[in-house]
Amino acid sequence: MSEVIRVEGLFKTYRMGDVEVPALRGIDLTIERGEFVAVMGSSGSGKSTFMNVLGCLDRPTKGKYYLDGEEVGSLSADAWAHIRNKRIGFVFQGFNLLSRTTALENVELPMMYNGFASKDRHARAVEVLSLVGLAERHDHTPNRLSGGQQQRVAIARALVNKPSLILADEPTGNLDTVTSNDIMALFQKLNAEQGITIILVTHEADIAEHAKRQIVFRDGQMVSDHPNQQVIARLEA
Amino acid sequence: MQWLMTFRIALRALARNKLRAFLTMLGIIIGVGAVIAMVAIGEGAKSTIRAQIASLGTNVLVVLPGSNVQGGVRGGFGNVNTLVDSDGRAMTRELPSVAFASPVLRRQDQVVAGNLNWGTLVQGVAPEFQQIRDWQVSTGRYLHDGDMESAAKVAVIGQTVARQLFGNDDPLDGVIRIRNIPFRIVGTLVPKGQTGQGTDQDDTIMIPYTTMQKRLMRITWVQSIVVRAINAERVQEAQEQITLLLRQRHRIGSDREDDFNVRNLSDIAEAAQSTARVMAVLLGSVAGISLLVGGIGIMNIMLVSVTERTREIGIRMAVGARSRDIMLQFLVEAVVMAATGGLIGIVLGIGSSEVLKEWAQWPTLVRPEIVAIAFLFSGAVGIFFGFYPAKKAASLDPIDALRYE
Repeated sequence: MSEVIRVEGLFKTYRMGDVEVPALRGIDLTIERGEFVAVMGSSGSGKSTFMNVLGCLDRPTKGKYYLDGEEVGSLSADAWAHIRNKRIGFVFQGFNLLSRTTALENVELPMMYNGFASKDRHARAVEVLSLVGLAERHDHTPNRLSGGQQQRVAIARALVNKPSLILADEPTGNLDTVTSNDIMALFQKLNAEQGITIILVTHEADIAEHAKRQIVFRDGQMVSDHPNQQVIARLEA
Repeated sequence: MQWLMTFRIALRALARNKLRAFLTMLGIIIGVGAVIAMVAIGEGAKSTIRAQIASLGTNVLVVLPGSNVQGGVRGGFGNVNTLVDSDGRAMTRELPSVAFASPVLRRQDQVVAGNLNWGTLVQGVAPEFQQIRDWQVSTGRYLHDGDMESAAKVAVIGQTVARQLFGNDDPLDGVIRIRNIPFRIVGTLVPKGQTGQGTDQDDTIMIPYTTMQKRLMRITWVQSIVVRAINAERVQEAQEQITLLLRQRHRIGSDREDDFNVRNLSDIAEAAQSTARVMAVLLGSVAGISLLVGGIGIMNIMLVSVTERTREIGIRMAVGARSRDIMLQFLVEAVVMAATGGLIGIVLGIGSSEVLKEWAQWPTLVRPEIVAIAFLFSGAVGIFFGFYPAKKAASLDPIDALRYE
């Protein structure tokens, strides 16, 4: 296995007026290709900040961040945009789809920013939509889709450029239990069948149970990191 | 990202909110439409005014013989007799800027018809004088070339003379006597009214200049030559060409002064030009203001739109849009709105000026360069007023934008 993510001595400090608020205090972590990691912790534990840094949305105050072996923490904003486009797929709690835009167009969106030909774009969007089980609903706008379906569209959008990893920030936070389990099953399937690396942020223990590895944050530090034997055992069986 | 893609993204974003896009465009539509219609009305009015002023004689020049100096006494203009009728013919023949030229001889004389007499201005002129003064005959005919060659004793009289000498009778074919020489009346002129100086223009008699020279004044030269330039713009050019031509014809060496004097009705011409200028400035500023208001409308909506679409901007950034892509998208949206509004405005402006022409009989003139300028200006307004909102959108932080409710 090759490593997708390696962070070394990561610090992030926010400045609020005269007060310095530490959000991350020295994180060291390596994530291999094909892992399914749940990042847990209460609010204010630094897990969201950590995800923003991993997603090339926020700059670390100190420390190194290697993505696919390349140091990316100090790249320019435009280089970050390119990385977010090609190598990272985001799934958010609030789905974050463009309203009044069809499912297909939402999925095509990331490809519009890297010069895909219109025909290829369309074919690829159709392909990933069927991968998430939404082959029938191409031309539906988000307000005509259920929460679970919207999240599937968002997952399809995250997958469309074949990223190195998917960052999912509370992806089930707005969904009921049954739908949550469906979405988590989809993540597991994508992880198992497509070998996609997934990092999932959640504060719910039963959601984290779906991951193969669980990491707990508290006060900006990683306090626990252990494999989820149950899932691994089931997968191996 | 390619331009085409940006364009498509912007079009899609606009299509998602058609009503608002249209309302935003309305400012530009009305602005451009008003500019084109107003300028068309202004141009129509200007050409009407120009025609009216031209009939007053803005493009008319008068060539007078120079003054002579004898023993320190400087005579007035017309005291030398170097100017001849062939000078006038040479002008029409050789100068492209000259449309017509006619010799004019003038004298106040007592005119007798039957038992009535009347003191009036007798003018010896060529047939071209009619075109120069743009003066139609009311009855009968004007003087013609045959009258000139034979120095015929014929006359065309103004309305005041006709009334004074013939009352209500038809003066045509009547006989008047000037210095005991009988003249047959061949035509009457339409009334022209007073000049600005209070002279009654209708109080005049016109006879062939040759008759005037030979029978009334016994001279061979002419007192003046009136010239009509092709148009008001070429008066200056005509003046210069006439000066050159006459210096040549009169064999005036470079060390000697002109023995003639070319004058134009510059007062009227200048007044006309400054009227046109004031009009242009007025319409231009109204044009600018209305487009400015339209532009502010665009900026206003774009700013609202950026705030409202903060989340969309965040999503786009998260999936890989660079600041530049966002900036371009909003800029293109603004320009597309402004340019589309401009196009609709052009159609509206041309349409309404046509309607005015057809139904209100108001002369309008749509000038293509104004249409082009209005369109380009509306595009520029889009760029100018779209720039700040676009900049604002592009400088959003993706994390904040995604979190925006």
